[in-house]
Amino acid sequence: MSSTAKRALLDPVVDNNPVTLHVLGICSALAVTTSLLPSLYMCVALTVVAACANAAVSLIRHVLPSSIRIIVQMTIIASLVIVVDESLKAFAFETSRELSVFVGLIITNCIVLGRTESFASKNPVGLSFLDGVGNGLGYSVILILVASARELFGAGTLLGYTILPNVAEGGWYNPNGMMLLPPSAFFVIGLIIWAVRTWKAEQVERPEFRIHEVHRTEVL
Amino acid sequence: MPDVDKDRGSKTETVARTLLVAFFVSLACSSLVASAAVLLQPRQIANAILDVRRNILEVAGLLQPERDVNELYESIEPRVVDLETGTYVQDVDPETFDPLEAAKDPELGVEVPADIDVARVRRRAKLGLVYLVRRDGEVATIILPVSGYGLWSTMYGFIALEPDGNSVVDVTFYEHGETPGLGDFIAKPGWRAFWRGKRLFDESGVLRIEVVKGRVSVDDPLADYHVDGVSGATLTGNGVTKTMQYWLGDHGYGPYLRNIHGEGT
Repeated sequence: MSSTAKRALLDPVVDNNPVTLHVLGICSALAVTTSLLPSLYMCVALTVVAACANAAVSLIRHVLPSSIRIIVQMTIIASLVIVVDESLKAFAFETSRELSVFVGLIITNCIVLGRTESFASKNPVGLSFLDGVGNGLGYSVILILVASARELFGAGTLLGYTILPNVAEGGWYNPNGMMLLPPSAFFVIGLIIWAVRTWKAEQVERPEFRIHEVHRTEVL
Repeated sequence: MPDVDKDRGSKTETVARTLLVAFFVSLACSSLVASAAVLLQPRQIANAILDVRRNILEVAGLLQPERDVNELYESIEPRVVDLETGTYVQDVDPETFDPLEAAKDPELGVEVPADIDVARVRRRAKLGLVYLVRRDGEVATIILPVSGYGLWSTMYGFIALEPDGNSVVDVTFYEHGETPGLGDFIAKPGWRAFWRGKRLFDESGVLRIEVVKGRVSVDDPLADYHVDGVSGATLTGNGVTKTMQYWLGDHGYGPYLRNIHGEGT
């Protein structure tokens, strides 16, 4: 694999992660991460959509008039999302019910449109596909971390298997119900962003402005 | 980044070119969506039927996670009831009878009069389905399908009753579009437990069942007929009350249930 291809695939996992660096795709990261299994389906769904949308947009990038490029990208993304949603209803009925509207909301996931617009419309098909897979993986890593933390501490289980036996069932672990509520996903993502930015200090953003001393002449 | 294309030439910007691209993209996308929908439909329908069966078993308390749903469903006896008289109809096959389809038919369905259509059902079939569970030959549980409008959506569910046709065993809603995290309490086991042992009709035969706002207070004289609601989701709770009021009332399964009450005395 050439170094460009490798970078397109692996950069978004840590160094250029769509969730921790760009802080995109947060809404679905909050909604579906109460347990691990639906999160895994969500990761696969998003990765498939991001990769195929990138490849499709890249394929038509030379003929696509820029005046309609956003709506064309949205059409492609929306079609792919419907196909993924219908497939889940056919092959993973229970999980599709649990994910409810959030598969459909991949259409509005900023990661997908962000990558088709900023990368796929300027790069060749193969590289764009890898970039889509890479960004899907970057999103998946965060989603899996958040979902594992929430299911483990919120219910004492992982993928439905008991890890920390509950007090209610004769064990010792008292589940933290707050982990199952949406705000806890914010806390967990915040902690992950903190950890990543401590490890990779170059990701820390410079403050946009500083408070400075006001001189009397500036107050009018 | 190497291999970045030069800016798009002006030749792609003509009106004809724009329309052409839009046309072909739409064509490709719609054929993709249409073929996915058509190819996957049989599996989705099979899933939906299986899900309805699973919910019937669940509301009857017969669901066992390790057993096959279709095999367990063998023990359920579906019957067709004439809703007006409340008597069983023999010449209609309950396996193929679809009340939702029949409701749309001008012959098989009737308009629900606006003044009693509290659950916004609009049309219902003249016939209705009931599911019976027998234990040692005797009817042990009666399951009735219900549907009505909540806050956002039509909710579809089942209510399971004791053989007296009055005491509630369980209630389940298997399809709804109520607010996730709020109105979707109607599908949660915790709330369903509030229904157990509640009664539908008082001694004089008046339908009293109701989902109240918040908790049922201990000194509520009608506590036997009142079910806890969820604050913040009052409209969904009201929708459930109206759904039950309609389907268990005179225009719904009321006559059928009265026949059962009659048998008991």
